[in-house]
Amino acid sequence: MVTPRRRRRGRSRTEETIANLVFKTVAATSIVTLLLIFVFLFREGIGVFRQTGLIDFIVGPRWAPVSKTQAFGALPLIVGSATVTFGAALIAIPTGIGVALYLAEAAPRTLREMAKAIIELLAGIPSVVYGFVGLMVLAPMIKGALNLPSGLSAFTASIVLGVMALPTVVSISEDALSSVPDSYRQASLALGASRWETALHVVLPAAKSGLLAAAMLGIGRAIGETMAVLMVAGNATVIPGSPFDAVRTITADIAAEMGEVVQGGLHYQALFGLGVILFAISFVINLVTDMLFRGAAVSSGKRS
Amino acid sequence: MTMQFLSKQAKERMGFGVLGAWTLMAVAPVLLIIGYLIYLGAPALSWEFLTQPPKHFLTEGGIFPAIVGTLCLTLGTVVVALPLGIGTAIYLVEYSSESLFKRLVRLAIVNLAGVPSVVYGLFGLGLFALTLNLGRSLVSGALTLGFLTLPVIIATAEEALLSVPDEYRHASLALGATKWQTIKNVVLPTAAPSILTGTILGIGRAAGETAPIMFTAAVFYTPSLPDSIFDQVMALPFHVFVVATQAPNVPTSMAFGAAVVLVALVGGLNAIAVGIRAWMRLRR
Repeated sequence: MVTPRRRRRGRSRTEETIANLVFKTVAATSIVTLLLIFVFLFREGIGVFRQTGLIDFIVGPRWAPVSKTQAFGALPLIVGSATVTFGAALIAIPTGIGVALYLAEAAPRTLREMAKAIIELLAGIPSVVYGFVGLMVLAPMIKGALNLPSGLSAFTASIVLGVMALPTVVSISEDALSSVPDSYRQASLALGASRWETALHVVLPAAKSGLLAAAMLGIGRAIGETMAVLMVAGNATVIPGSPFDAVRTITADIAAEMGEVVQGGLHYQALFGLGVILFAISFVINLVTDMLFRGAAVSSGKRS
Repeated sequence: MTMQFLSKQAKERMGFGVLGAWTLMAVAPVLLIIGYLIYLGAPALSWEFLTQPPKHFLTEGGIFPAIVGTLCLTLGTVVVALPLGIGTAIYLVEYSSESLFKRLVRLAIVNLAGVPSVVYGLFGLGLFALTLNLGRSLVSGALTLGFLTLPVIIATAEEALLSVPDEYRHASLALGATKWQTIKNVVLPTAAPSILTGTILGIGRAAGETAPIMFTAAVFYTPSLPDSIFDQVMALPFHVFVVATQAPNVPTSMAFGAAVVLVALVGGLNAIAVGIRAWMRLRR
């Protein structure tokens, strides 16, 4: 694309080369940052893997970093994360897809725009505020209603996380449903199906990949969430016996203990070890989501 | 036949009715809770609360240093994330062809966007605070938040650049401008309002983050405002966490008041972004 005219101008050509180089370098920052995050977590955390063994670190049933009989088994935290994330997914995914289906297929235009604005607003509320409300308002309510000794539990955390993941699930599901070509709906309606049947049997299946991606991203959001679960899940580092037990998640544990550790000590390393586990989980979720999005793009590309 | 048609209609009305009620049930309680938050926090909001430092172990006085700290951190976030974000977007949209490097950049951005915020906190602590010896400081926190916000800024800037019609570029190139001149004088000014909107939304998110600044920048209490970028700061989200869980005997209204101010700050940023977007639509 180099025109003869431009070739004559030496100065602009060097300028052009420099600009190209600068932007390429800047673009490389993202790659470097990702690598740095990985390297740092691993470098700071490797000591604990050496000490306890990677497998024992992951499946060890006792997390007691400051006890005399110190133990670094992350299983209680992993179970804690899994429990609240499962609960949150149970709330956010069906609700989110249901809401998105209503907004995309049935809601009047003004209502739809209003609901989308409100959902965007909800997505913008800081997680510490959700945690604050969960702690001050929801937990006492649940405690009273279910007559529990404490309202701070995996159950309460699931509700708070479910609400927090909802905007993600709704907005991505809504995108997926809206991108189903209208010809699908028209074909279904022309065959005599009602709008409800069309939504249920044509639009939903056609948007399957996008909806799965929405669910995955919702789950990713819930697993990575820190402040809200730190505030409402009750913070017991034991494997819970019921949903109404207090739990602590991987993220909450890092946030709760990082302030008091000695740099370079085994406890410090253990927290970075937890960071490695979190990083690995989020990496897998992203990969799967990316594949699903790609699947969605390919299938809609073929069809339209 | 007719019967079946009727039942089909009834089914449709019922199905969508249930979904509509579901939508209402999902949205209404959260709005009620925000209302309740404001109701309980409003009594604490006074000029003194907004402009005085905290006193007596956070149980009296105001939250001024926390507000200033958060504003400084947010400004720092912009300084870090905006040039990198726009630069990356310019590379992806204007300069690169499909290549392995470009695919790697995209893969990195997608993964950075999914890294939990507390992991950014660990990263910031390990790299900025300890290895680079910046300590617990404004600059460590701003760098951490900047990298956390980077994927959002890249995504919005990319979208903004892509929405600039190719005719603009062709016209500029045809007049003899170089690619860089075209980007600088034509593409960026056209995309600027959209980039601004996305940036404000991104820093709104950053302003509310707690986990990344807990170990890199924020402290429970400091009466003084930061003098340099190497000072520790109070930050509003961290302050809300502290008064809710760590500090004893903080009056409920003060805790709710701090939460309301945080929501207002973040909500204000979002409202500005939405306002700019609306203004742009009107102008078109």
